[in-house]
Amino acid sequence: MQISGRLELSRRHLLIVGAASLAASSIATPPPAAAQSAPTGAPVMTRVSFDVNGETHQLELDTRTTLLDALREHLHLTGTKKGCDHGQCGACTVIVDGRRINSCLTLAVMHQGDEITTIEGLGTPDGLHPLQAAFIEHDGYQCGYCTPGQICSAVAVLAEVKAGIPSHVTADLNAPLRLTNAELRERMSGNICRCGAYSNIAEAISEVAGRSA
Amino acid sequence: MRSFSYERAASPGAAAAAAAGTANAKFIAGGTNLLDLMKLEIETPAHLIDVNDLALDRIEETADGGLRIGALVRNTDLAADIRVRRDYGVLSRALLAGASGQLRNKATTAGNLLQRTRCPYFYDTNLPCNKRKPGSGCAAIGGFSRQHAVVGVSDACIATHPSDMAVAMRALDAVVETVRPDGTTRSIPIAELHRLPGDSPEIETSLEPGELITAVVLPKPVGGAQAYRKVRDRASYAFALVSVAAIVQRDGTGRVALGGVAHKPWRVEAAEAKLPDGAKAVTARLFADAKPTKDNAYKLPLAERTLAAVLREARA
Repeated sequence: MQISGRLELSRRHLLIVGAASLAASSIATPPPAAAQSAPTGAPVMTRVSFDVNGETHQLELDTRTTLLDALREHLHLTGTKKGCDHGQCGACTVIVDGRRINSCLTLAVMHQGDEITTIEGLGTPDGLHPLQAAFIEHDGYQCGYCTPGQICSAVAVLAEVKAGIPSHVTADLNAPLRLTNAELRERMSGNICRCGAYSNIAEAISEVAGRSA
Repeated sequence: MRSFSYERAASPGAAAAAAAGTANAKFIAGGTNLLDLMKLEIETPAHLIDVNDLALDRIEETADGGLRIGALVRNTDLAADIRVRRDYGVLSRALLAGASGQLRNKATTAGNLLQRTRCPYFYDTNLPCNKRKPGSGCAAIGGFSRQHAVVGVSDACIATHPSDMAVAMRALDAVVETVRPDGTTRSIPIAELHRLPGDSPEIETSLEPGELITAVVLPKPVGGAQAYRKVRDRASYAFALVSVAAIVQRDGTGRVALGGVAHKPWRVEAAEAKLPDGAKAVTARLFADAKPTKDNAYKLPLAERTLAAVLREARA
């Protein structure tokens, strides 16, 4: 087990700490707006432990911490991205107990004992997941910000199709599924790509699914 | 987000009692709507009661041939259940038309029923909203009301109920089972669960404080051709402008409920007697008391045409 939240000091950390101490030393600085809007608001801390990419982590967190913020800010797994933070873009998609979810719309404290897979757990630079390789091969991105969410979502989509879970475009709810391009696009609609790399994303997923887009 | 304390409830009765006994407490299940609203400080609970440990995640057959759907059954699992796909196709279709794959994996049956409107004025904390801040006024009336309700509206609120699932459940005559803080249980026909806005749009359901939904029961299958047709601004992952849930029998009788047009799933049983006369006759009755705005009057002919398409398909 690894006790997290204690990483070596990074340059980014030093900058944050530096900024904080600067603010603290300035008497004229007004309190932050968030503090004003939370009059009763003393933070409530709680403990939670869960597995991320096969490693158990124990955290002490403000109850308000989303799974996304726990992954990024406390475990420093910054592969999972914060896009809209409201469940509309899918950039924060991770796989929890085998299912894809928006990590921004769930509290970390609600995941006691869960097994979480992030983009970092799917592959490594030297051992890419087939979908990671296919995204590179098919140029399934431009800026890359939505890519970790797209890939986590795609991994789960292939599992959902294999499990026979129907979609909005499935013509017959009671017949075996075929992963057509229309099926794939419908199932990936919770992942927005601002650069519009959709056709290449569809090709990458289709290749791994064993069919052409 | 305001800070809150957190507990995991051990039984439905204990959850309901805790909710009634704790100031400003809320249940959390999937959390996909509640956390969104908490981030915006539209919802500001001081205490969350996590109900995910309650064994309410099963779909069981009832003695009279129906299905009892546990409150915690995820939307994905309900839509994919082989019995629902076979016997309650309108429900599978409605669920699959809603949200995204990620959200359906989290969202629960009870949470879907209790989700709040997506009225942009409800979401904009800088503007008045009688639902968010009772008595402050309604910015949607006289505002951009293209997405809003056309029937059952009041001078206080023209918000719609956003659920697709609830529209299908209304057509299926589902019954909501609950437990109250004193431990008693009751059954509420879905027609009586959601309220019209009237002069208190902040009160959205007939649930009592602390009352917890434990299951939704579907009566035995009614057969027929079942369809859910949703019209929206993009082909996927958008709320309905208008939706039609329909169950049409071989003899031309059937049931129709509409989404996207009212503060609750909109079904008028008397309108269904007009089904043999076609979509125009049915929607004329459904919208007999409609009060559309200039922006959303298009929903009336849109609903008629959507129903006509559904009926054509059902009779093909």
